[in-house]
Amino acid sequence: MTIKISKYANTIPPSGIRVFFDLVMGMKDVISLGVGEPDFVTPWNIRETGIYALENGYTSYTSNKGLVELRQDISKHLKQKYGLRYDYENEILVTVGVSEALDLALRATVDPGDEVLVPEPYYVSYGPNVILCGGKPVFIKTSPDRGFKITAKDIERHCTKKTRAIILNYPNNPTGVSYSKSELKSLAKVIIKHDLIVMSDEIYCDLTYDYAHTSIATLPGMRERTIYLNGFSKAYAMTGWRIGYVSAPENIIYAMTKIHQYTIMCVPIISQMAAREALKNGDRSVREMKREYKRRREYVVSALNEIGLTCHKPEGAFYAFPSIKNTGLSSMEFSKRLLSQEKVAVVPGTAFGPIGEGYIRISYASSLDNIKEAISRMKRFLERNKKR
Amino acid sequence: MDEILEILEKDARTTPEEIAKMLNMTPRAVKNTIKRYEKDGVILKYKTIVNKELVRDDDSEVRALIEVKVAPKKDVGFDYLAERVYQFPEVSSCYLMSGTYDLLVVIEGKNLRTISNFVAEKLSPMENVRGTVTHFILQKYKEDGDILRKAKKDKRQAITL
Repeated sequence: MTIKISKYANTIPPSGIRVFFDLVMGMKDVISLGVGEPDFVTPWNIRETGIYALENGYTSYTSNKGLVELRQDISKHLKQKYGLRYDYENEILVTVGVSEALDLALRATVDPGDEVLVPEPYYVSYGPNVILCGGKPVFIKTSPDRGFKITAKDIERHCTKKTRAIILNYPNNPTGVSYSKSELKSLAKVIIKHDLIVMSDEIYCDLTYDYAHTSIATLPGMRERTIYLNGFSKAYAMTGWRIGYVSAPENIIYAMTKIHQYTIMCVPIISQMAAREALKNGDRSVREMKREYKRRREYVVSALNEIGLTCHKPEGAFYAFPSIKNTGLSSMEFSKRLLSQEKVAVVPGTAFGPIGEGYIRISYASSLDNIKEAISRMKRFLERNKKR
Repeated sequence: MDEILEILEKDARTTPEEIAKMLNMTPRAVKNTIKRYEKDGVILKYKTIVNKELVRDDDSEVRALIEVKVAPKKDVGFDYLAERVYQFPEVSSCYLMSGTYDLLVVIEGKNLRTISNFVAEKLSPMENVRGTVTHFILQKYKEDGDILRKAKKDKRQAITL
């Protein structure tokens, strides 16, 4: 018998570049600039805390919302970082990364038929997450001429009576674009005007290079409508620990916790204990990694422009999003050829929505030696594939 | 510390052009700064870190740390003795220490005998040296921030979003 697949599961589009990924995975000795996670391993003090937790038998469930101590630490962290006050008892929830947090946020606030604004290019899960809770993702195309940033006008233009929320992600994966305080202020104005909820994925906030990161929740009138999503994966190089958190007004956290307790129960205690150490003693490592990323950013951007791939300077995260339009190739064709001819893996921009056509995502979460070698191979590739 | 120094300390092969890209400077400015550092002795020289654990030949070396107790004489401080000690090519490092002894001398030699000869014939008889304690190094794990093992392979998948 063929089992019928649910309507929702059928509605989400399959990843259009799966084939390309399989191609990469099947190949040996590839220099990969396609990895969306730090090349550092988790700092030793944090790993050591995880080991200690295991050794001492911390192998149980925790409270659904997460260890009280961790929530207290997060509350303190947010206060120190942004001056934001969130009550650890009912305004903070520890989740399995931002991925789970965003899913919960959508399921807790979006009804079937509601529209959710998603600036494009976007991180791959945003669209499908909205669809899975019955909502309708409405993509806001950003323009490379304006540095892939959305404006208040863009939001205004896409708002309807059904618009319920907007998902922001800054610094952004895949473009590395971020927003300054004044830019956020102008977005906040129209967000408040249309009474939208903001799901703010600020997972890359600690990797902001040119100015201090502003959380949109700190702006006047925004805390009450912001679902702040963050985690430990990027700043502390803890992707495999799968731990993040969300802070939001009490009624939202209450609803999210209900879903969380029936689906996830709680985040693994070992990850939670390691996360405490990250908040307590991780600053130095974050600073060091950030410096390293910053140097690589300067290097990558200037090297890409030099070999003829125009690239704006990303303000954060660890991605560059250069244009490959002058090669005359599609993103997919460029990536495939680069892989087969030079064994360098990048991600076609179309993985992040159709607006990514003509672009590739390059991750500089890779050693400088790797980056240098990859760039010189790309240079050779471009010369060989020159448009005639 | 200047970022140029930081970068070179990590990898001395980084070219001025590459450093310029990383720090958003002109290659010329980087070159000039490096030249100045070299002239002022801030940059002493450029070396390669060799993992001698893996160099299996007959010249493989033995290393020892030697604690040296010194009786400083009037008008002759520790510097005087240190200078006499560190000029020996066998001495790879030499530090003035706080605590129960005064100089810590790191010696490299072909075998135990060369080191014990050095201690017996050169170091101990020196005027002012009151006593020595020699510790041989059995295994080196990490030196000056470098773990003496080939870097482990990247464990990440080739592509993640």
